[in-house]
Amino acid sequence: MAGIWVFAEHKEKKIKRVVFEILSEAKKIAVSKGEPLCAVLFGYGIKDLSPELAAYGAEKIFVVDDEILDSYSNESYSAVLADLARNYQPSIILGGATAMGKDFLPRVAAKLDTGIASDCVSFSVDEDGRVTFRRPVYAGKALIDVYCDGMPQMATIRPNVLDLAEPDSSRKSEIIEWQVSQDARKIRARIKETIKGASSRPDLTEARIIVSGGRAMKSADNFKILYDLADLLGAAVGASRAAVDSGYASHDMQVGQTGKTVTPNLYIACGISGAIQHLAGMRTSKCIVAINKDPEAPIFKIADYGIVGDLFKIVPLLTEELKKILKEQ
Amino acid sequence: MNIIVCMKQVPDTETRIKLKPDFSGIETEGIKYIINPYDEFAIEEALRIKERFGQGQVTIITLGPQRATEALRTGLAMGADEAIHINDPFFEGCDQYLTAKALGRAIKNIPYDLILCGRQAIDDDSAQVYAYIAEFLNLPYVSFVIKLEISQDRKSLIAHRVIEGGAFEVVESPLPAIISATKGLNEPRYASLPGIMKAKKKEIKNLTASDLGFAEDESGSGGSKIKIKKYYYPPQRKPGRIIEGEPEDAVRELVRLLREEAKII
Repeated sequence: MAGIWVFAEHKEKKIKRVVFEILSEAKKIAVSKGEPLCAVLFGYGIKDLSPELAAYGAEKIFVVDDEILDSYSNESYSAVLADLARNYQPSIILGGATAMGKDFLPRVAAKLDTGIASDCVSFSVDEDGRVTFRRPVYAGKALIDVYCDGMPQMATIRPNVLDLAEPDSSRKSEIIEWQVSQDARKIRARIKETIKGASSRPDLTEARIIVSGGRAMKSADNFKILYDLADLLGAAVGASRAAVDSGYASHDMQVGQTGKTVTPNLYIACGISGAIQHLAGMRTSKCIVAINKDPEAPIFKIADYGIVGDLFKIVPLLTEELKKILKEQ
Repeated sequence: MNIIVCMKQVPDTETRIKLKPDFSGIETEGIKYIINPYDEFAIEEALRIKERFGQGQVTIITLGPQRATEALRTGLAMGADEAIHINDPFFEGCDQYLTAKALGRAIKNIPYDLILCGRQAIDDDSAQVYAYIAEFLNLPYVSFVIKLEISQDRKSLIAHRVIEGGAFEVVESPLPAIISATKGLNEPRYASLPGIMKAKKKEIKNLTASDLGFAEDESGSGGSKIKIKKYYYPPQRKPGRIIEGEPEDAVRELVRLLREEAKII
């Protein structure tokens, strides 16, 4: 059993940043265990993507280039990855905790009769040479350290929590091509169509900056001031459960225990008082700004910077001020 | 249309998590338990499908300690027809792999066209039980479903699956299949008073580890694949500061701090 594998998810042939984040961190494990760091690349017409993976430290790249993998399916993807793993026996398989990774990697674990630690925020080698994965539970109200008592050890890693290493484009990697088996071509649940979101903003779980609104936004229309600020910063827009349940924002925008757990560099909470289930979902943001008219709001207890005041005055002022600054740069 | 809903009883979202002194788990005293909110969407969807077709059976199933019976009673009061409780100290501390194995073995003995689950339990946040069940029972699945339609002939489904950035995939699958429900699929009903009265009289079928073919010398945590070493509290955040002054000045100071101190913008 050898090899640390990272599933190289890409969207429209652009490798996801989380893949590079995982490669950067997994490189350390590969070095300490003396095992090769490998990337696994699925798709159709994707061979050009290999150099970037090599630059982040992948020594071997398993490339499965087949038309059937052009459209994602948890059945074909899990079957091909499980086939590859049975053949090459990696000790560890990692992937991003994305809509795709969360969907098919547990099925790979099931096929290989092993466990998978979901949504991890860090990992390291313990005294026994096993990997310890750290992951939030209760939406981040607590953390647990776990290990996988099965082979391979599997985990999905949350985007935006690991540091990127410096890529080195002079690195070369060995390419290993693999053919899709007949069995892996049997797909029952098929994607008929992908419907794009209304906005081109980044996803909450991958966003570097999030502007988020609470019940105090008072209406869906009022969210416009948050969209304006977000678009200036290339940010995603989030919402509290109260705002979602009041119909001011859509379900996929909810941050917190029955929504998304996020770790942006900057989280700007506007009119969010800070219910415990909301704080759980965003408290690992690197920097938190709170704007709220209630000085006693719990959000101020975890915010790095707070402004007590009317968000309908302060948010547009903030947008204007940032516009000036960004123009200067 | 026979539908099985897998559900879990979890601490309420308002729960403050307190860890045991030895960090081996959480203190459960005083916790208010609820049906996992994502599982409520699954139950509601099952009831709506049954109502739409005017026939069928909704069976709810859970693996959990004795207290989980309350969650099953609530599910029955919402309108589920049957309830199964996998209730055995054997399963204490078991992981998602073993939970799915037990659920899969119980489900195998019931006729079904569709299995509904919540996208994840809001305690362990793993989002994997449905995938393991699907593999153990050799079924297709669609996860994170926000819209579900069953064909008139009850042989296939179309599901809208939420992906990144507000986009979604429209997935078609033959039945039987597994669906994991996410928020937005529906608005779960409250149990009616007659429903609650009726649910009290319904029998809950109990299953033990040996009923499901687990050997006595195994233990639930021993058969698990993911083993917990230790619990932690999240790191405390350093106290922040309130920026005083008129809105214009406060905003200017905030932007300066974000650039010069936090170095984010």
